[in-house]
This record gives sequence, C-alpha cells and structure tokens, in this order.
Amino acid sequence: MKCSEFLHELTDYLDGVIDAGTKAELDEHLAWCHNCYVVCDTTKKTIEIYRDSKLYELPEDLETKLRSAIATRCKSHKKTGPEGSAH
Amino acid sequence: MGAIQPKVSEPVSDELLLVQRAKGGDVGAFEELVRRYDRNVFRIAQHITQNREDAEDVVQDAFLKAYNNLAQFQGQSKFYTWLVRIAVNEALMKLRRRRPERTISLDEEVKTEDDSVPREVADWSPNPEQQYTQAELRDILDRTIHGLPATFRTVFVLRDVEGLSTEETAEALDLSVPAVKSRLLRARLQLRERLNKYFQKRDRVNGSQSKPGSGDGTR
Repeated sequence: MKCSEFLHELTDYLDGVIDAGTKAELDEHLAWCHNCYVVCDTTKKTIEIYRDSKLYELPEDLETKLRSAIATRCKSHKKTGPEGSAH
Repeated sequence: MGAIQPKVSEPVSDELLLVQRAKGGDVGAFEELVRRYDRNVFRIAQHITQNREDAEDVVQDAFLKAYNNLAQFQGQSKFYTWLVRIAVNEALMKLRRRRPERTISLDEEVKTEDDSVPREVADWSPNPEQQYTQAELRDILDRTIHGLPATFRTVFVLRDVEGLSTEETAEALDLSVPAVKSRLLRARLQLRERLNKYFQKRDRVNGSQSKPGSGDGTR
C-alpha cells in the first residue's frame, strides 16, 4: 500500500467504518510507515482537541436572552397565525 | 491505532412527542426543543458566520423558521438534523450578506490541486493542548478553523464537533455521502497541518524519536 492510498482511507479508518481486510492492510502500513503513523495520530488528536474544546460555548446570560426572544417571537407568531394562511 | 469514539447522542424517544405537541400549538413543548439544541445551533452558526452577533441572529431565526414550518417536518429524519439544515442555510445567508463579493456554496467544486497532502510531519507532544491556557488554546483553535473554506469548516463542525453521522451531515447539507467524506478528509488534514506549529514536539536534540504510542497494539 502506498502512502497516498493510506491517506485516501484515513477518514474511514479513523471513524472505524472499514471492513476487516482493509483495516488489516492499513494497520500493516502504519506498522512500518512512520510518517503515516504520525499523520494518523496527529489527525486523531486534532479531532479530539476540537471535540473537547469549549469553543463557542453559549454563555448562560446570552442563552437566557435568546430563549426568551425565541419564545416571544413564537408566541407572537401564534397570535397572528401561520405565515401564508388566510387568517 | 484505535478509531475515534463516536459521540453518543442523547436519546430522542420523546422528541417526536414534543414535536407533535409543538405542532398542535404548545409553545412550551417547542421551548423544550430550544433548550435541547440552542447550544449546538449557536456553535454551528458561530463556526459558519465567524461572527457572534450573526450567530445570535441565526439561532433566533433558525428556531423561528423551524417553528413556523413544523407542519413540513414529517419525522423521516431526526428533528435535530432537520433543524441543523435550517440553521446552516440561515448561517450561509448571513455569510453571503456579509461577504457579497464571494459566492459561498457548500457544493462548490473543491480545487483539484491537492492542498491536503501533508507537508509537515512531526510528532506532537503527548498532551499538546496542555501546553496552553484555556484562553490561548481557544484562540489557537478559533484562528485555525477560521482559515478553512466555509465548506470544509461546516462539514468538520457537523461531523466531528457536533457528532452527526456522515449520512446525517450529508442530509443536513444537501451533499452526497462521498462529497461529505472528501470534504471531511481535507478539513481534518488541513487543520492538522495548521496546528502543527503549535503542537509539535520541541526537541533540543535533533535525533530520531520513538514512535508515539508504540507498542499499543497497532500491528
């Protein structure tokens, strides 16, 4: 297996959605290709770091404000009736 | 090397019931759906628009649009996937308004020139994120993901941050499954490449390194 072929399968490999035969080939490649091992390992870390990050957490005060605005808009919509209706 | 553990989504067994009640005019039931998903919608909106005020507007507009169009939700997909689709469209509209000079489309052809081939291969420290304070890390992650094209960013966020399946991501973005996979691969590789400079091991000696995690059963 060439490195380019390994890279092509990387996403399915990391997501664990490949058949056993392909997985064995990829594992075999990783066992001797240090560069692909590092790319695979650091890509996995990239995903985990973003997943675990608190990037763009919604602050509580803003959440309260948004919920209240949404509720108000939904209720006012309810009074006027659905868009495009004859009411 | 093991696969990434999928993010387990919360049970949604009562969700259809909430949707049914909301369809019948129960605003309280809809408010419960808002409580469940407003954080997710905000994150997605902020990632796409890259602007806090726009993201706030998107959250409001997306939920209101969902409420107004509940009758059209047939329950063939999860409510959340349906909501994400609305939110992504609202966010892209904001982005287009803000950057009218550039047409932004999720299904635009990705450049054929392969910009995702790893150029720099270096081991990272064992827990690279711990080298930075929370605020520094957030800043690094924020700046790094903002450098990606909107189409890559959006796929990465839905799939890897929000934990939607490939099929759900395809449905939410109106893309084919192969298109999602190809964008996801390139997004992941480009982010990795850009994070290298922050997270790679700083060796004093330029000698050969032992493989990280070697002996962990990779063979």
